[in-house]
Amino acid sequence: MQDYKDIFRNGLWAQNPGLAQLLGLCPLLAVTGSVINGLGLGLATAMVLVASNATVSLVRHLVPQEVRIPVFVLVIAAFVTVVELLMHAYLYDLYKVLGIFVPLIVTNCIIIGRAEAYASRHRLDRAVLDGLAMGLGFTAVLVVLGAMRELLGQGTLLANAQFLLGDWARDLKLTVIPDYRGFLLAILPPGAFLGLGLLVALKNYIDGRRAPRHAQVVRPEPRPVS
Amino acid sequence: MTPLQAIVRPALVLGLFTLVATALLAVTDRYTRGPIAAAERAALLRTLNRLIPAGAHDNDLLADTLTLPPSPALGTRRPTTAYRARRRGRVETVAFTAVAPDGYNGDIVLLVAVHRDGRLAGVGVVSHRETPGLGDAIEASRGPWIRQFTGRALGDPPPARWAVKKDGGAFDQLTGATISPRAVVKAVKRALAWFARHREMLLAEDGATRVPADRHDPRRP
Repeated sequence: MQDYKDIFRNGLWAQNPGLAQLLGLCPLLAVTGSVINGLGLGLATAMVLVASNATVSLVRHLVPQEVRIPVFVLVIAAFVTVVELLMHAYLYDLYKVLGIFVPLIVTNCIIIGRAEAYASRHRLDRAVLDGLAMGLGFTAVLVVLGAMRELLGQGTLLANAQFLLGDWARDLKLTVIPDYRGFLLAILPPGAFLGLGLLVALKNYIDGRRAPRHAQVVRPEPRPVS
Repeated sequence: MTPLQAIVRPALVLGLFTLVATALLAVTDRYTRGPIAAAERAALLRTLNRLIPAGAHDNDLLADTLTLPPSPALGTRRPTTAYRARRRGRVETVAFTAVAPDGYNGDIVLLVAVHRDGRLAGVGVVSHRETPGLGDAIEASRGPWIRQFTGRALGDPPPARWAVKKDGGAFDQLTGATISPRAVVKAVKRALAWFARHREMLLAEDGATRVPADRHDPRRP
């Protein structure tokens, strides 16, 4: 049980892909203009991560050392293409908005990183949970950053929810600040960098305050080079 | 393991994985091809119906099409499709693609719908890369700006006033963005001029489905 708890604590907080490992920053910065865009790409990434971790864990004794990276890349690319086709078919509007960042999930180093550093060395159940935890951790950062930028930039939250959830969700849009003129910086790329910087700083601040009391050391995992 | 085995085994494993991955993709492609085509059609129809209301015609817009050759006057570099809205067989409105090549950030692709009398049924933005928060207000979902074209024609306003107000024209610009509106106004004007030149062909009631390439284009040598 303790193991499973650690897996989730690592994915969601201690080793969070967006805030601690700082992996996959390109999509993280590019699509976080709104909550729904962040949530959509986050969930797509999490799906690929769970599927690729599961597959890599299952075949880990079968794959010779020399070709493991090509095999992992092949597995990941196949799952990303499947997710892309499914989104194109069933989430057309969201697919159009996210554009190139859906196929680019292939190049997100969180995925190959978790395959190489974790899934290829652990049992199926742990690999799946690790994929889920890391995927949700990544999604959480995308959603929080998307919320910050959407709120500051446009004064709304959950605009275009129908892209992800279907027509009933049109009414989910919250106009938090009525008659807001918009704050361009938050929508443009600099807003993404500033927002992410603030989130990383906040995480470090919280960790720093908690460290003296608990005095627990998180054993760093081998970090993939990418 | 002999040296030969050490080479052959990884190759076989990699080959096997490639085979399985290809099979997975082939199956997914097979099952999503229909839904993807349906989603593309539905999205196109939604865009068209924003300009030509479903009640204004009695034919299937997506079935009654014309193939237009690439045209410098329309800014198109590839063949495009025009859609004809008919009532009792008579073509009432034609919707076609026009590209404004001089947006702030590259091409702005427009769908221009023109009634048979030369008045605009409306203009829609299909794709663009204008600045979010400034130039993107040309989109119908982000502001009323694009609606000012509805009902206009080549002589209304007169040709000299087919420009944004900053340039002495009749059309509003956007707060903080002049380049995107200027590009769109120019492209719409060119599209109307093109429509006037090809009116006969576009409104023909028979089954012509191709329009010959532009011959009298002023910008062609």
